Amino acid sequence: MSAEVPVSPRRGLPFGVRAVPREVVPAWLPPLVSIGAIVLALAIGAIVLALVGGDPLAAYGQIARSSFGSIDVFSDTLIKAIPLMIVGLACSVAFRMRLWNIGAEGQFFMGAWGASAVVLIPLVAEDTSRWLVIPLMLLAGMAAGALWGFIPGVLKARFNVNEIISTLMLNYIAIAWNDFFIFGVWSEGGFQMSKTFPKNAWLPRLTDYADYVDWFSGLTTHMGLLFALVAVVVVWLILYHSRWGYEIRLIGDNPRAAQYAGVPIARHTVLVLMLSGALAGLAGMSEISGVVHRLQGQISPGYGFTGIIVAWLAKLNPFVIVIVSILFGALILAGREIQPSGIPKMIQGIILVCLIASDFLLRYRVRLQRVERLNA
Amino acid sequence: MTDTPNVVTMRGIVKRFPGVLASDHVDFDLRRGEIHALLGENGAGKSTLMNILAGLYRADAGAIEVHGKAVQFGSPRQAIQAGIGMIHQHFMLVPSQSVTENILLGLTHPRFWLRLAENERVVSELGERFGLKVDPKAKIWQLSVGEQQRVEILKMLYRGADVLILDEPTAVLGPQETEQLFKTLRNMTQQGKSIIFISHKLNEVMSIADRVTVMRRGRVTAADVATKGSTTAELARLMVGRDVLFRVHREAQEPGPVVLQIEDLHADNDRGVPALRGLSLEVRAGEIVGLAGVAGNGQRELSEVITGLRRAKSGRVRLNGENLTNQPVRKAIERGLAHVPEDRNKVGSSPNLSLTDNLIMKQYAEEPIGRGWRLDAGEAAAFANRLKHSYEISAPSVETQARLLSGGNLQRLILAREISTKPKAMIAMQPTQGLDVGAVEVVHNLLLEQRKQGVAILLVSEELEELLSLSDRIAVIYEGTIVGDVESGDVEWIGQLMTGSSGAL
Repeated sequence: MSAEVPVSPRRGLPFGVRAVPREVVPAWLPPLVSIGAIVLALAIGAIVLALVGGDPLAAYGQIARSSFGSIDVFSDTLIKAIPLMIVGLACSVAFRMRLWNIGAEGQFFMGAWGASAVVLIPLVAEDTSRWLVIPLMLLAGMAAGALWGFIPGVLKARFNVNEIISTLMLNYIAIAWNDFFIFGVWSEGGFQMSKTFPKNAWLPRLTDYADYVDWFSGLTTHMGLLFALVAVVVVWLILYHSRWGYEIRLIGDNPRAAQYAGVPIARHTVLVLMLSGALAGLAGMSEISGVVHRLQGQISPGYGFTGIIVAWLAKLNPFVIVIVSILFGALILAGREIQPSGIPKMIQGIILVCLIASDFLLRYRVRLQRVERLNA
Repeated sequence: MTDTPNVVTMRGIVKRFPGVLASDHVDFDLRRGEIHALLGENGAGKSTLMNILAGLYRADAGAIEVHGKAVQFGSPRQAIQAGIGMIHQHFMLVPSQSVTENILLGLTHPRFWLRLAENERVVSELGERFGLKVDPKAKIWQLSVGEQQRVEILKMLYRGADVLILDEPTAVLGPQETEQLFKTLRNMTQQGKSIIFISHKLNEVMSIADRVTVMRRGRVTAADVATKGSTTAELARLMVGRDVLFRVHREAQEPGPVVLQIEDLHADNDRGVPALRGLSLEVRAGEIVGLAGVAGNGQRELSEVITGLRRAKSGRVRLNGENLTNQPVRKAIERGLAHVPEDRNKVGSSPNLSLTDNLIMKQYAEEPIGRGWRLDAGEAAAFANRLKHSYEISAPSVETQARLLSGGNLQRLILAREISTKPKAMIAMQPTQGLDVGAVEVVHNLLLEQRKQGVAILLVSEELEELLSLSDRIAVIYEGTIVGDVESGDVEWIGQLMTGSSGAL
């Protein structure tokens, strides 16, 4: 039963506000509301900037220039967006089934570790072709991430252990595990990092093909973008065009109905957390092999947690995740470029609050009414 | 005019919701000390009208007078200050808190110290006076549904309500609790309270109400009907606007071989207490076996064990000779066992998914909807459209979310889905619970059609009349076993078996 939100008319005002629940949400409304929320957030941010004596237009201009201003900076924005896209997807898959995987950060680190292991153990000879090394790194990274999803999955399915706690705690283990290797096993001359990977373990970048296309020169956007876009399509296919995806959506909406329809929930709990972990692991692999080119401690400024926000803001829609990730990538980049760097963070926060609050407009239609009509 | 003054007068109440006129210039009045039934099908506008009176909704137009004074309620709090309290179908209680704490919840006084001991005394005095016995110190989770309802009523009485609105109060109660509630209500009217009783159950209305107002599609179709001197048939006609067949047409038919066979089944309920104690039952092809019994005697556990949702401790369930005991749910579905669950919203459907997703729930794994790992969205939509059309599920499209369907339409969806699997046997749990007369008829006809097709049907219902009119045989369940198998409609004997007073045990 959906009840009206009763809002009493304010004394002295000739009208009151009334919120009526919506039954049907037209398809054009959600994007419109989201865009409106972002515009509003920018306006609020502008007011704050003006109040502290800044020039909002100049600040926004600077942010826009430093993340979208030229092909070079946009390439950098994309590099920041790639891990967000893949981790956002990882979270969205689990959240679909209402499995709260807070462990994408740890799975990201495991993915990075797994990919590095191929090069650092090493599992392949120095001079192996990159077209063999990279798929191997990909598989190893995803497998390591999947393992980090498998553990909480089995704990949840067999012993009903809360996955929020187990995935969160596994983050620390993953980071410590990583530290053990960069401090000890793979440490390069006592520094807390491994040696730089040989070139055959680097993901191809646009700039590598500058010989063929002139303007690619200097663009470091790497093949991870391709991985991310393929992952988007694969996740979309799984969710909406596969039996498994149907079962995931069914469990996510009503587990009792799923059980009634004969869906093996325990098995799906394990599989979905493994898929989620594998995707987060892929993000780690893409970052290590596409950007960092060595295993070290500081490989993620919290991608695993930002991915949670990205997934929610995109309402778990795989395609919208791409857009949201680019926006967040831009803000991360701008934070590094302009001073004081707190401003993009603040804007990020305001956008988040506005987008979450705008959800109200999707659930209710708000009407102004004259007081006489309200009381009639 | 009468000599008893009106406590509540509502005139020309209009309330519009998106796409519907839920209340179309409705007049309603309540006299002091009467029980006034508001009768109508689901969606007739009864609850809307009363939510307006209780301050939850605001009318778009119309006037309300309470004790002769014009009022405008902006919130339930204002309504309760004017002495009007509503008891909703779904209780609003905090399970971990005591009865008294729940009653005090949300009041401005006491403000900080609850003075629990003093208020516990007040609560138990209030309970004593109106025949609403509840332990004021008991936690809500320890109470039965009937007792929780008493707490809700006490909550309103404590706040000084002298007009009580009860929204389908018997929907959650067993027969004995209903009787107890009716006694309380009569007691309360004797002490000057006035009661509005929302219901769509004719028999109850006849037995408890003094006067009846009948609503249909947002309008009053009959007002000021005295229950004395009216018949159930008259009221039914006023309610649905046509004569309702209470007798269904069930053709004689020789049942076929045994399809569903249950032998000496034992199983526990959710709390680990034995719920099935050596139950045996057979259902033949083309036969409806009615399972009669007071709720909580193992019906739910039986249906769950048969469908694979619950483990049996011992015993056998066979479908056409094949063992289904403690097998995955999927196996029962594949072998042709259909299941109409008791709870349409929590088990039988997935509220935020589309009609399509809900309709394919039992067939997505098979061709042509499921092809290997793929789910053919086009085939699924075509399948859903076919069922929507042939079962007259009224909804804007197959993309509509299931939660937007009315109870009757949702039940059509569930039956359409189950029947479309071409089942060999069907377990139907309370298939008409909470449905209006028109929807009940549809469900009955669908079940009889399945019987004609040779499906073995186990019909579980608490409505004895329904069982008597649909079933070929009635088995009575009591404390987890079948205590009697009745072929003819001997109501009294069934009643005795159901209550365990037959001496058959």
